[in-house]
Amino acid sequence: MSLPDAVAELVSDGDSVALEGFTHLIPFAAGHEIIRQGRRELELIRMTPDLLYDQMIGMGVARRLVFSYGGNPGVGGLHRFRDAIEKGWPHPIEIEEHSHAGMANRYAAGAAEMPCAVMRGYVGTDLMSKTSVAEISCPFTGERLVAVPALRPDLAIVHAQEADREGNVQLWGIPGVQKEAVLAAQRSLVTVERIVDELELRPGGIVIPGWVIDAVAEVPGGSRPSYSLGITDRDNDFYKFWDKLSRDRDQFTDWMYANVLGKEVPAT
Amino acid sequence: MSVATSEVTAGETQTVVAARRLRDTRTVFIGVGRPSTAAILARMVHNPELVLVYESGTIGAKPYHIPLSIGDGELAETADSIVSVPEMFNYWIGAGRIDVAFLGAAQIDPYANLNSTVIGDYAHPKTRLPGAGGAPEIAASCGEVIVIAPHARRTLVEKLDFVTTVGHGDGPGSRERLGFRGRGPTAVITDLGVLEPDSQTKRLLLTQIHPGVELDQVREQTGWELEVADELQVTEPPTAEELAKLRELLER
Repeated sequence: MSLPDAVAELVSDGDSVALEGFTHLIPFAAGHEIIRQGRRELELIRMTPDLLYDQMIGMGVARRLVFSYGGNPGVGGLHRFRDAIEKGWPHPIEIEEHSHAGMANRYAAGAAEMPCAVMRGYVGTDLMSKTSVAEISCPFTGERLVAVPALRPDLAIVHAQEADREGNVQLWGIPGVQKEAVLAAQRSLVTVERIVDELELRPGGIVIPGWVIDAVAEVPGGSRPSYSLGITDRDNDFYKFWDKLSRDRDQFTDWMYANVLGKEVPAT
Repeated sequence: MSVATSEVTAGETQTVVAARRLRDTRTVFIGVGRPSTAAILARMVHNPELVLVYESGTIGAKPYHIPLSIGDGELAETADSIVSVPEMFNYWIGAGRIDVAFLGAAQIDPYANLNSTVIGDYAHPKTRLPGAGGAPEIAASCGEVIVIAPHARRTLVEKLDFVTTVGHGDGPGSRERLGFRGRGPTAVITDLGVLEPDSQTKRLLLTQIHPGVELDQVREQTGWELEVADELQVTEPPTAEELAKLRELLER
């Protein structure tokens, strides 16, 4: 399936959508297609919003953001994310934030079709009163624990290195929470670097069977400026460049129109 | 052999001091930036067997270059094992398998509690910071925590705007009451010196001052009434080897 067709079929205004990939394999091309198709009011879920959600938030796609670390890794802050939360530009967004451990366990609970996950964490922090987490005690030992609600996005989108013609997907390198996100979501879309006749199993590779995936689209370079280990390299210079470019609303908008929408900024 | 103090930057001293803390450590959990530089330096100078663990799931990474992100390709390519994020937090961090964790923060209070969430009011922040990431559970469960931060009044504050991560809570017994298993912060390494929690009160004390730094300067840059250890040590300046290897690493 082509990426535009897959996004048109699977993403509707108001959906909760998780585009996952922990530093590695971030599905940038799919996120850009969502921007091009003008989707609005999405609940965007992602452990690390990264540049992709910075772009989507700045382009007005998000109604709500669920996350655990909104930084530009190793560079600094995310300026569009900050501008939306601090100043409501381009419009105010709701946020729900967790710790990484909380988000990871929420996805794992979603994948297991459990209502919640049980873990150690959050206690003593101010996050306890600001997010969806509840203290419980272990029914066997009495230990003080917390429960976090399962994540069940309408749609998960992940990027992987390869798929075969039956739609089985293989990714290797840093696996993040992609498998959990696909299994937790009602629907899923996987973009891949290449489609092959037969998957060659890799050390540490994770294969997601095609029958739990709704659509696969071949998008070479679809994780740039993130990377697909063994095929493309992380564009660290772009991450540094983004820190400068994205500070200014007009510069940001011009760049997105020129490089993602492929058209002129409309006169206001 | 030591190098004339004037040639060494405060940041270099801070990195070298952090690296020395890892001499006898088996596993260290690190974020990017100065902590990562310090841990790679420790492998080069003090402890070649040191196991570097990054949040991205790379266990036993052996980077030649300082990575920009915690998930750079070189970390994956050189790791002994790569695990998913749920596995990293549940089996490795939460289970207490990591000895030392390096953390940073925008604000640190006298009990080494950390804020990396907001400056100002939560609902209407003056500055929205990245947020918790892995820090709360890392600080709860790793064997000990070493905080690396710039020494400035706006960083070392009497009261946090938001408690993202618990260090020693409100003093003795806090961590035990919360059920935390790690020892919590054992040092805050800044570009001016080293603060360590008092064994009785758990409040941070200045225990070490870097060469060429005046005590008044440290007081001036600390946002609370600074307490100083009875036996304040002057940091041993970076050796020629430490400095040469650090500079070589930064050049790579």
